[in-house]
Amino acid sequence: MTHLPTNTALLRQILVAFIRNEVRKTGLARVVVGLSGGVDSALSAMLAAEALGPQNVLGVLMPYKSSNPDSQAHAQIVVQTSGIESMLVEITAQVDAYFEGFTDADARRRGNKMARERMTILYDQSMRWNALVLGTSNKTELLLGYGTLHGDTASAINPLGDLYKTQVWALSEAIGVPPVIVAKEPSADLWSGQTDEGELGFTYRDVDKLLYLMVDQRYTKTELAAAGFPERFIDDIAARIMNTQFKRRLPVIAKVSQRTIDRDFRYSRDWGK
Amino acid sequence: MENFPVSIRIAVGQINPRLGDLKANLALYEERIGHAADDKTQLLLFPELSLTGYMLRDTVPEVALTLDAPEIKHLMALSRKLSFVAGLVEESADHRFFNSAVYFEDGEIRHVHRKVYLPTYGMFDEQRYFARGDRVRAFDSKFGRMALLICEDLWHPSTIYLAALDGAVAVLCPSASPLRGIVDEQSQDDNARYWEMLNRVFAETYSLFIVYGNRCGFEDGVGFWGGSEIVDPFGQRLAKARYYDEDFIAVDAGFGAVRRKRTMSPLLRDEDLDLTINELMRIRERPGAIVGQGLKSAKLHGRRNARKK
Repeated sequence: MTHLPTNTALLRQILVAFIRNEVRKTGLARVVVGLSGGVDSALSAMLAAEALGPQNVLGVLMPYKSSNPDSQAHAQIVVQTSGIESMLVEITAQVDAYFEGFTDADARRRGNKMARERMTILYDQSMRWNALVLGTSNKTELLLGYGTLHGDTASAINPLGDLYKTQVWALSEAIGVPPVIVAKEPSADLWSGQTDEGELGFTYRDVDKLLYLMVDQRYTKTELAAAGFPERFIDDIAARIMNTQFKRRLPVIAKVSQRTIDRDFRYSRDWGK
Repeated sequence: MENFPVSIRIAVGQINPRLGDLKANLALYEERIGHAADDKTQLLLFPELSLTGYMLRDTVPEVALTLDAPEIKHLMALSRKLSFVAGLVEESADHRFFNSAVYFEDGEIRHVHRKVYLPTYGMFDEQRYFARGDRVRAFDSKFGRMALLICEDLWHPSTIYLAALDGAVAVLCPSASPLRGIVDEQSQDDNARYWEMLNRVFAETYSLFIVYGNRCGFEDGVGFWGGSEIVDPFGQRLAKARYYDEDFIAVDAGFGAVRRKRTMSPLLRDEDLDLTINELMRIRERPGAIVGQGLKSAKLHGRRNARKK
């Protein structure tokens, strides 16, 4: 059966070096990270603490009134375990103030709004604290488009974007993310009872195996079917990746000049650094 | 080889250059050359494009140097302290840009190698920005005959084969090798594993020294794994740099090892150059044969066309 490589010692070495290099070359020394109480943000925060020192990592807890109380409690455990700085910013008032004018908004709209409010807070705090915003989106979420554009998918640098959820779990366990956080069922906690796997309709462990063979190993559909994946599952995931491509790109720019940003004006982000 | 020193002190400066900042990187070179000179180093290898950074994209023409540029003159002057190899963007008189390695010695340029095999697949985009070198040549240094092969060049066995037959006793390989591919139960990434295997196998196969100088640091999330090394003709690793961090490695390399190895296993002596040339000429005429991509050797090309008539 398919096995995702989870060389945690090597991943840890690479990701710590990544954070240290990419932060310091900008002339900064600190990062800000939103702590949801989940495993992704816990792992990002703890890697950053190892790379930069816990005093240079600010974890921001941003609960909404309907957030599961466990989420905040788990985020607090991360703060205590890692020794990072932390602050609490309630988002209820600002989210509710907006939706007073749009009372018909469904859970998805409200959830997206919460994710984007949190992002604006992180960017503001990063300016206040002279820090970069550290990302927490993993490769599974990014490929499935299971995240809010300009919300939780926004960041300056992201150590987890090339790790599948299965690998996030393995690395979290290895570097000492508290077991209660690694073991719990993943949830965006945007509404009561929401779980990732319930909403997606499959488990992360199943889809990670498929994504690894489809994306990393470039298996054809025939090869994936021969490896035991149901045809409908393969088709659904392939369509999902295609239909969420826009979430993984910058906005589309209408080309009129000889040199258009990102089309034929091509510079690395680390230009001059 | 009696005119050459019994042993020379070879070093690698494993550095983390600033992307697109010639001035900063020139200062870094100068500092490392000073350090190496204090260490009595005689030959120092810097990594591929380490005077400019690797993921240059549209900055290629902005950091390119013609070989008469003041920066090159400055490097020439520095080579009075010790011989060294710089990795830079070279601009030709007709404004082509090359990913070049330049061997400086005694105030002069002794050799320029323009990277032949420019990876343009997966994460690589080199042929979009660089022109392709069209030769692989060994050259004479004051320490003996050497060859420069840049990173991907060495992944093509033909390049080191040519270098060895052209008389090189050491291959200097500046590299900017990105880490990629996580494999269980390996201490480093899959690319590092491949390089380390290749360096040992090639050094032993061709009975020569391989000095592999890789860079470190990150550019846009891409990490360069470092791990520079010096391998002798017996496939023994004489020195090894740290992974991911800046480092300086140096070793006294006795070129007598080349003689000893070639005496024990005279594979190069027994190599049949004519056989190889004849077979290559035959293969070249086969339907669908892979021939030079833009490397139109007039002589070979003419012969091929003549035969068609």
